[in-house]
Amino acid sequence: MTPFSYTRAGSERDALRLAALPGAAFIAGGTDFLPLWKSGIAAPERVVDIARLPLDRIDVGDDTIAIGALARLADVARHPTIRHELPVLADALLASASPQVRNAATVGGNLMQRTRCFYFRGDGFACNKRTPGSGCSALLGENRLHAILGTSDACIAAHPSDLAVALVALGASLRLSSERRVPIDDFFLLPGDTPERETVLAPGELIVAVDVPRPTGRSRSAYLKLRDRASFEFAVVSAAAVVDDRRSIRLAAGGVGTKPWRLKACEAALAGAAIDEDTLPRAAALAADGARPLEGNRFKVELLQRTVHRLLSDVLLRDEQ
Amino acid sequence: MTVSLHLSVNGRSHRLDVPACATLLEVLHEQLALTGTKKGCDMGACGACTVLVDGRRVNACLALAAQQDGSEILTIEGVARDGALHPLQQAFVAHDALQCGYCTPGQIMSALGLLAEGGPMGEALGEAEVRERMSGNLCRCGAYANIVAAILEVA
Repeated sequence: MTPFSYTRAGSERDALRLAALPGAAFIAGGTDFLPLWKSGIAAPERVVDIARLPLDRIDVGDDTIAIGALARLADVARHPTIRHELPVLADALLASASPQVRNAATVGGNLMQRTRCFYFRGDGFACNKRTPGSGCSALLGENRLHAILGTSDACIAAHPSDLAVALVALGASLRLSSERRVPIDDFFLLPGDTPERETVLAPGELIVAVDVPRPTGRSRSAYLKLRDRASFEFAVVSAAAVVDDRRSIRLAAGGVGTKPWRLKACEAALAGAAIDEDTLPRAAALAADGARPLEGNRFKVELLQRTVHRLLSDVLLRDEQ
Repeated sequence: MTVSLHLSVNGRSHRLDVPACATLLEVLHEQLALTGTKKGCDMGACGACTVLVDGRRVNACLALAAQQDGSEILTIEGVARDGALHPLQQAFVAHDALQCGYCTPGQIMSALGLLAEGGPMGEALGEAEVRERMSGNLCRCGAYANIVAAILEVA
């Protein structure tokens, strides 16, 4: 544990100025930063506290719900409009971490959290994400919880966020301090040869808000998360579905990809198709399209297909009644 | 580097100089001699260090002390009033909701946080809901059944 200095940012501008100093890192809720620091993975010279910046509002507009990057997960999950109109988002949040963590963790921090791969989090393993060029212990190691989609020879770590999976299904976009606006699907990077680079965020750049398109009319959505224990656990497999008025369906999966994984092949199979007992399994069978499973995580192919089938049945067939 | 801050802990005001890297848990233990809040995993996974910060339950091991300036902290030492146990503490005793007792301060602080939150839509809490919402607190003695019963008695 390398000591760091602490500065509280008085404004967003102040935060960006401080973050440009050498060895600086932002801290908000701290629920991922502190474990990373205690494990020697994060070792900043200075932390810049942004937790009190006024970026925690949830603004409900006509077309968009804007969620401030510093909104706490618990507050987003219990926001009445979000509960009512975006159940996929509230449910993904309530399936995340524990109540204590959700009270402290922020939306922006959740999107920036590092993988739970135990070769990355542990000490003394080869890990290209932690020490570029050192190798990947998971490829030939215990890889039951690792990704089957978007992997490379350098990294197979699964992306841990439930929130991000819901946001991909919702077609959300991120507003950054540089005034850039990035669709969430483009925010996360595939590992390729540089698994240490996880997002398009530039050094010292800050997520300011998440804009979620506001659903219209009779749209519906749901999140289904499978894990190794009933609660307080990361997903083995999860899936999010958002169906809008015109039956356009967006699907995303968690626990299976090196980034939150949009299920485009399933979406294409469902577009314009009659929704019945035959279509759903056919579409769900495409969920693992392009998967490269390994010895330990081969079971995720069928589990993902079954998860998507179950989710689609819950969302679409219930809708028919 | 140290950071000066003001904390209210169990109703008492403290002006403290804390190391920039110290967690709230470390400050409670080492600067305020409040050892009722327990260190379990120190990684936010067990809930033994749960305290209320401005009425909300959080893991003190995941809270940077420097960030808590101006906060009101409630720890297990501040729960009993005038020597009388809080009804939730009495319920833990009555239901034998512990064995070794190490997780108990965190269980009680977490349950106090839960009771303040109420049901997801303000409804009464049922057993399944209590189990789900106490999932941030582990009990390696396995006293869960009695912990849930104690909380439901007060809910």
